[in-house]
Amino acid sequence: MSAFDCVIVGGGIVGAALADVLSAEGVSVALVEARSIGTGTTACGMGHLVAMDDNAAELALTAWSVALWRELADGLPATVEYDACGTLWLAADDEEMAAVSAKVANYRAAGVRAEVLDSAALYEAEPALAPGLVGALRVPEDAVLYPPVAARTFALRAQARGARLMTGCQVRELRPGGVVLANGEVLTARHVVLAAGVASPLLCPGLPISPRKGHLLITRRGAPVVHHQLVELGYLKSAHGTDGASVAFNAQPRVTGQLLLGSSRQPGDGTREVDAALLERMLKRAAMFLPGLDGLQALRVWTGLRPATPDGLPLLGPHPEKPWLWLACGHEGLGITTATGSARLVADQLLGRASVIDARPYSPARFLSASGREVAHA
Amino acid sequence: MREVCDLVVVGAGPGGLAAACRAAEAGLDVLVLDAQPEPGGQVWRGEARQGSNRLARRWLTRFSASGARFRPGARVIAAPEPGVLLVEEGPSSFAVRYGRAVLATGARERFLPFPGWTLPGVLGVSGLQVLVKDGLPIRGKRVVLAGTGPLLLAAAATIHSHGGEVLYIAEQASAASHWGFALQLWRQPAKLLQGALMSAKLVSVPTSTDAWVTAAEGERRLEAVRLSVRGREEHLHCDYLGAAYGLVPNLEVARLLGCETTSGAVVVDDRLQTRVPKVHAVGELLGIGGVDQALVTGELAGLVAAEQPVPLALERSWHRVRTFAAQLARHDAPRAELLRLATPDTLLCRCEDVPMSALEGCQNLREARLYARLGMGACQGRTCGTAAQTLFGWTGEDVRPPCLPARIGSLRLPSDVSSTPTRES
Amino acid sequence: MREPALKNASVVTLRINGREVTVPVGTSVAAALAMTDSFVSRADLSGRPRGPLCGMGVCFECRATIDGVPEVLMCLTPCREDQTVVTDA
Repeated sequence: MSAFDCVIVGGGIVGAALADVLSAEGVSVALVEARSIGTGTTACGMGHLVAMDDNAAELALTAWSVALWRELADGLPATVEYDACGTLWLAADDEEMAAVSAKVANYRAAGVRAEVLDSAALYEAEPALAPGLVGALRVPEDAVLYPPVAARTFALRAQARGARLMTGCQVRELRPGGVVLANGEVLTARHVVLAAGVASPLLCPGLPISPRKGHLLITRRGAPVVHHQLVELGYLKSAHGTDGASVAFNAQPRVTGQLLLGSSRQPGDGTREVDAALLERMLKRAAMFLPGLDGLQALRVWTGLRPATPDGLPLLGPHPEKPWLWLACGHEGLGITTATGSARLVADQLLGRASVIDARPYSPARFLSASGREVAHA
Repeated sequence: MREVCDLVVVGAGPGGLAAACRAAEAGLDVLVLDAQPEPGGQVWRGEARQGSNRLARRWLTRFSASGARFRPGARVIAAPEPGVLLVEEGPSSFAVRYGRAVLATGARERFLPFPGWTLPGVLGVSGLQVLVKDGLPIRGKRVVLAGTGPLLLAAAATIHSHGGEVLYIAEQASAASHWGFALQLWRQPAKLLQGALMSAKLVSVPTSTDAWVTAAEGERRLEAVRLSVRGREEHLHCDYLGAAYGLVPNLEVARLLGCETTSGAVVVDDRLQTRVPKVHAVGELLGIGGVDQALVTGELAGLVAAEQPVPLALERSWHRVRTFAAQLARHDAPRAELLRLATPDTLLCRCEDVPMSALEGCQNLREARLYARLGMGACQGRTCGTAAQTLFGWTGEDVRPPCLPARIGSLRLPSDVSSTPTRES
Repeated sequence: MREPALKNASVVTLRINGREVTVPVGTSVAAALAMTDSFVSRADLSGRPRGPLCGMGVCFECRATIDGVPEVLMCLTPCREDQTVVTDA
């Protein structure tokens, strides 16, 4: 039997970030991961650190988290590939351009630097874009990084402070006082944190987390075609729609000179095979924004499963009916971005202190208490 | 652009040619695809142009007369749904709708890292041999060959017959296993003779068992090699080094299609059908077995694909070649010393310049890929992944499209393919 | 400019990195590379020289821009008359 203050189940970027924060506070931590640190959903996404304003709670968490990443950046190894390239939200028509004006006000009110680019300024910034775009919202302090190494960096920092790192180690059961591993070993802990992404409902039945499959494509090394993370404003409709499969243009230049291309969403789909028809839709959409796309060399295509909650906000805090169990999961497509803020919010609640931002919108009680369950099933 | 056929054969080496001939002669519409500009694969490279190998000439002539269509320079990159392949060919691409498929994608060499292995002038054993067949000027050039098995002698014979000076043939196997293998060949008399003939031409070339390359040296190009020969060090100035240790099957297309593999070979029934309906696998995909296995299994699969009866003699040949392939497999594993030649600075992933030292702390292939970029470059891990499997026992990841780097445009679905319903899982 | 009457059908002349090379028909571009000053097809990420390795289109060391098309593997490409090859070196 091993005893810790806190056992974190799940070694993705959220669990690893939490291990980093808690261990820095002197909390004894075990980080338990079924496979390897940062190699699951964490490794499948774009690593885009993005302030998103679909609702106030999302903007608060993402803005704060992006700023936290910025503070950490100098201390991160070069292999994390942190690059403050900024985001351009692309407006394809006047309606989307009107949305840009609303967004810029939201961002500025939340302390996020943002500016409007008209079409001339947009094409000066990104000459490779297809003609006909009306303008863009530029968020210069957004960034990109390489998530597997970021997660591993957090985990190794925690380990250097005495945290126990257990990889290749499947958890079979969560219970008050600890966890039972698949091999029968018991880890005792005052607090158990579930940060297992799409696998979380397996260990805590009833969690309102369902998979949302995405596709990505990366090109070979070569001259980068773009300078910012490019996202079409239609992405917001894709990310927050709850019905059928959708695609939206999303592109990122990597420091290697490769271009990372997305995105797609298939709600409720937990399979891993590449879906040829959806890949075709994604590439067709992307080609509308980057006319030279068909000539670029594709190196790999892969899929990932985002863990989605009904309202698109993560579960960060205590399980209302199990005071020994804390949740840090359900981040959909914002796990990398909000790993920093999520870790602090959960750590704050574990340690019984106030947070920089209001933690209530991410409270698991909103779905898991008696009244919350009615909301979840609405 | 679109092709429709009854049978698509991926690979125009002996296995693919045999399957294509049998199926086309039985009346099927057969399309053969190969990345090379001419048929023959690796082992019959150059035979289509200027043959000296009678077996190759017979099959190539038969193939030309069979009615099967051949598209050279064609690389399979994706399999978006059952019955469809996406193929890249030069600056364009096309889709193939097929009724059945025979996968005959052959084998590639196993490279193991050693100091200096990335110098220009260091090639594979078969790599050097095919380049010579393709016109590499070798007359008067000094060549050292290091590797294992019959391929060493075949490469030496080619180089010698083109006027190259083979300075040394280093066989890594120990004398005991080498001669044991030779003694077992009495059951395969044709092979014994083949080996003897090849050896005879090279009787003056120094050879040794228990011998391997420890380092390649040179500034901007290979200038010399260091060999370990039965515990002694040899230092030889040379122009080319062929160094590779055995063959591994090219399983990528088979795995892309969803075929089951085990112990590095495609699982097939006694009619060479894989677990994927209407897809057969032949030749080296079944386990390294050389030309004989390729021809026998190719013919068998071609006949089955055309729903023709299989002659008893062919069934017996299938049994015979399976026995030889099993023997070959027992002698194939590189010795332990070869796994320790690399220093921390020696590159393991050539495409992404990943040195051995970068793998520190990585416990499996996924970690090495994601933390250290191993296999994340152009060759998609074909070189370093194979080496990592031999060095560390790391097994591979799923194969997804594109199974070779391809233009994004080549991954686009033709309209009639994208409008069909998504396949059931 | 070559007069058609003098053209020898059993050899072809191509240009590799600006240098003229005449080879027998059927020679691969990778093999022809050896007839230039260096058997170097590209430089790696640290600028070190690399050359053909596998000869069969698997290792991707021998890539070059051939007749304006980038990322073509020289070992899979037969030499053709008036071909222009520029290596990544």
